[in-house]
Amino acid sequence: MVKSAAVLFLAEDAPSPVMPHIAEVILGLVAFLLLLFVISKFVAPKFEALYTERTEKIQGGIEKAEAAQKEAEAALQQYKAQLAEARAESARIRDDARAEAEQIKEELRAQAQAESARIVAQGQAQLQAQRAQIVAELRAELGRQAVELAGRIVGESLEDEARRRGTVDRFLADLDTVSAPAKR
Amino acid sequence: MGRLVLAEGDKFAPPGVKDFFLPPIFGDVTKPMVLMVLSIVIISAFFLITSRNLKIVPTRWQFAAESVYDFGRNNIAREQIGSKDFKPFVPLILTLFTFVLVNNLYGIIPIIQFPTMARFGFPLAIAVLVVYPVYHYVGFKRHGFVGYLKHATVPPGAPTAIYFLLTPIEFLQKFVLNPVTLAIRVFAAMFAGHLILLVFTLGGEYLLLHAAGPLKPVSLVSWAFAIAMTFLEAFIQVLQAYIFALLSANYIGMALAEDH
Repeated sequence: MVKSAAVLFLAEDAPSPVMPHIAEVILGLVAFLLLLFVISKFVAPKFEALYTERTEKIQGGIEKAEAAQKEAEAALQQYKAQLAEARAESARIRDDARAEAEQIKEELRAQAQAESARIVAQGQAQLQAQRAQIVAELRAELGRQAVELAGRIVGESLEDEARRRGTVDRFLADLDTVSAPAKR
Repeated sequence: MGRLVLAEGDKFAPPGVKDFFLPPIFGDVTKPMVLMVLSIVIISAFFLITSRNLKIVPTRWQFAAESVYDFGRNNIAREQIGSKDFKPFVPLILTLFTFVLVNNLYGIIPIIQFPTMARFGFPLAIAVLVVYPVYHYVGFKRHGFVGYLKHATVPPGAPTAIYFLLTPIEFLQKFVLNPVTLAIRVFAAMFAGHLILLVFTLGGEYLLLHAAGPLKPVSLVSWAFAIAMTFLEAFIQVLQAYIFALLSANYIGMALAEDH
């Protein structure tokens, strides 16, 4: 059966399959070129346009997002700068206030000190004056009393003589020098 | 085809070359010719309808068309020709791919069941009359006449003595063999594939009708093989279309390459 089949196969009067038919070559070429024309004229440009559009859209979106981000960043920087400025300003104001307060305190203290010094000095001066007055009065009184007492004891008036000799004054001056340290 | 088997009586007539020479339908028009014309109608209709209203966000059909277009554009044309020059060749590569693909797939589509590319005239026409002139034309245009001859036949980097051998081989390959092998590759694959399907299908039929009683069920095995082979054929048909477009793009890319 195999043999007969082979014989049959060989016996067939079929043309060679690799001999192209001219009609088919022409038809194939024309059909192909027609299809190529349709695709390159009507199909490919549409797809390419679509791709371009799509790319642009995506790129545009990305660019827009980038711009928005940049803007936000700029705003953030601005806010930060403003905040820093405000902080610096407040610190400066606080420092100023502190310095001013210090100055005012200093001035007040100086004023108070001056005032107290003045009051003390005035008091002292007054005291000094009173004391001087009292001392003078006492001195006069004491001299007179002493002379009177002496006169009474002696029995006669020593006033003139005592005045003459300045005895009382001298005594009192001596007394002064002796009692001066005690007074202070 | 069953007619042939029946005509032979109880002798099995194996399918052969004669099965590729179908009688004309009318005048001189044969089935492959009708299918060929149908193929360009199918492809044109597919792309024209799907690309009628393209949107940024694709619909389902647009997505399908875009996938095919992208495959031809990015996976074949851009890969082989390079992103600098591939744009003008996208329509050609896409046409080659879809054209060969549809004509191959005819082989497994019920009723049609004839891969048009198994008729040598068709692949020969597009390989020798379209791809061949195109890649040499762009090569001559890019490098000048002498420049392109040198570019094509004297690949740099070989020792001088080798060129006595290499240059004739390169010349033969670039100017004679490439287009012919391009056509033969798809033709032979389709021819052989169709023949295999015929053998298993007709063999099963013969076994069922004419074999001795106990052998009749063996026809099921034959048909099972026919079905398995159909799946294999589907793969080969797509693969051959891809290879055809890929090699065409590769030839164009090599002709355009600055140095290789």
